[in-house]
Amino acid sequence: MIEKDLVIVGGGPAGLSAAKVASEAGMEVALFERSFQLGGQLVKQTHKFFGSQSQYAKTRGIEIARILIEEIKNESVEVFLSATVVGLYKDNIITVYQGNKYFKVKAKAIVIATGASEKFLAFENNDLPGIYGAGAVQTLMNIHGVLPGKEVVMVGSGNIGLIVSYQLIQAGVKVKALIEASSKIGGYMVHASKLKRLGVDIITSSTVKRAVGDRKLEKIITVKLDDKWQEIPGSEEEIICDALCISVGLSPMHQLLSMGEANMLYVNELGGLVPIKTCDYETSLNNVFACGDVTGIEEASSAMVEGKIAGLMAAKHSGYIHPDYDSLETSLNNQLCVLRQGPCGEKIRCGLKKVGEERV
Amino acid sequence: MFEKTGVATPEMVRSKFPDKSVLVRPKAIIECYREIPCNPCETSCPFDAIHIGDDINKIPSIDFNRCTGCGICAAVCPGLAIMIAMIKNGKAYFKIPYELLPLPKVGERWTGVNRRGETLEKPCLIENVQVKKDRTTIVTISIEQPYLYEFITIGERL
Repeated sequence: MIEKDLVIVGGGPAGLSAAKVASEAGMEVALFERSFQLGGQLVKQTHKFFGSQSQYAKTRGIEIARILIEEIKNESVEVFLSATVVGLYKDNIITVYQGNKYFKVKAKAIVIATGASEKFLAFENNDLPGIYGAGAVQTLMNIHGVLPGKEVVMVGSGNIGLIVSYQLIQAGVKVKALIEASSKIGGYMVHASKLKRLGVDIITSSTVKRAVGDRKLEKIITVKLDDKWQEIPGSEEEIICDALCISVGLSPMHQLLSMGEANMLYVNELGGLVPIKTCDYETSLNNVFACGDVTGIEEASSAMVEGKIAGLMAAKHSGYIHPDYDSLETSLNNQLCVLRQGPCGEKIRCGLKKVGEERV
Repeated sequence: MFEKTGVATPEMVRSKFPDKSVLVRPKAIIECYREIPCNPCETSCPFDAIHIGDDINKIPSIDFNRCTGCGICAAVCPGLAIMIAMIKNGKAYFKIPYELLPLPKVGERWTGVNRRGETLEKPCLIENVQVKKDRTTIVTISIEQPYLYEFITIGERL
């Protein structure tokens, strides 16, 4: 059995940031990533990031991934790629599946940074080829260089829906419409304005009723929704398209924590089932910490800051005090506060409050 | 309406422009209408012309006396929400961030596009194309002055 000071599950923005800070504090770290490369979702983000300088604002996501990966190269971090953590057990033991090997790792502390997965939408024929998650389309397009179709309709106007639509246009795909069930655009207005000036129809109060096609998607039928989100009879419209992207939100990848029997709470504002955690990001499991989207769906900028805090705290709980502990703790918590204090942070503030109330 | 369409009203657009007399020199037009946690425009401005403050969610404000129209903010804005505008010899000049291919070339005529994505009646002339290190190209165009508050980007090559 491999023994390490710290095990980190997930090599996205949160996990990489945790690895950097924990190793700076003196920990021997093992980082497990189920993909063949580090960076998580950052590697397919070709747009420039928001936030402030501390979270690499104005830098493209793919560049941020390179920076974060570079930062852990000089540190004592052992990286396991194409390595899926399949079990979390008492006494801080995880099981890993890599290649054809199945092995155990024991650690003084564990950071769970598994991220999130895409939600899907229920409608007739939603399993027709040509219907994708928006994240899947981004992976196909920006990592593998494969276009999903020629004429796309996007469902969902959150930042992912808006950004992936823009990237589809950059890749030469026609975005025929963006459909949003709510009466308002969900993501940042600057992203929406960018699409609008490129001629994309943004249709609010509308959803997909069914997909139509023989063996593959040929068109969709949309329907208008009233202010109680009920379908308005007779308002059906047809849009011809060969690809449909579903971008209706993410849910935390809670499975490992649930398996380890951490105390969990369903919080709608955070995207689903999340662990109850202390101010030090420790879950109800002793020395098991959690950070990033697995603790509530947010932007990558917050995930990076949370990851650093989790690394700092995991180290402290195992007796490793980071040389800049005090200044880091203050500055990181302040960064999160600032990122969340505007109107865009209302949902996450509300969700985190529920988690906070639960732990008292 | 803005929240439904993503299209700023003419009043909203006008509120981001200085008086026309100020536009004899190039100035940044910052079309950031809603609070989001973001401040690269402020931190990248070499002339301290853009202010957001400690709460990075605040909407940027610009001091047109300090703004030189250098265009650094237009190239860094993650929302592609900044352009540089100027009036010269009866024409409107714009520097816009552009992230599509093919890139325009100097001397070409392209269609102009408004904030609703509609093609303007008069074309624009590509005056300069500056490819930045981080791949956001800054394109300078000129168009007839009546389109000062209408033009937002270029559409197709003519």
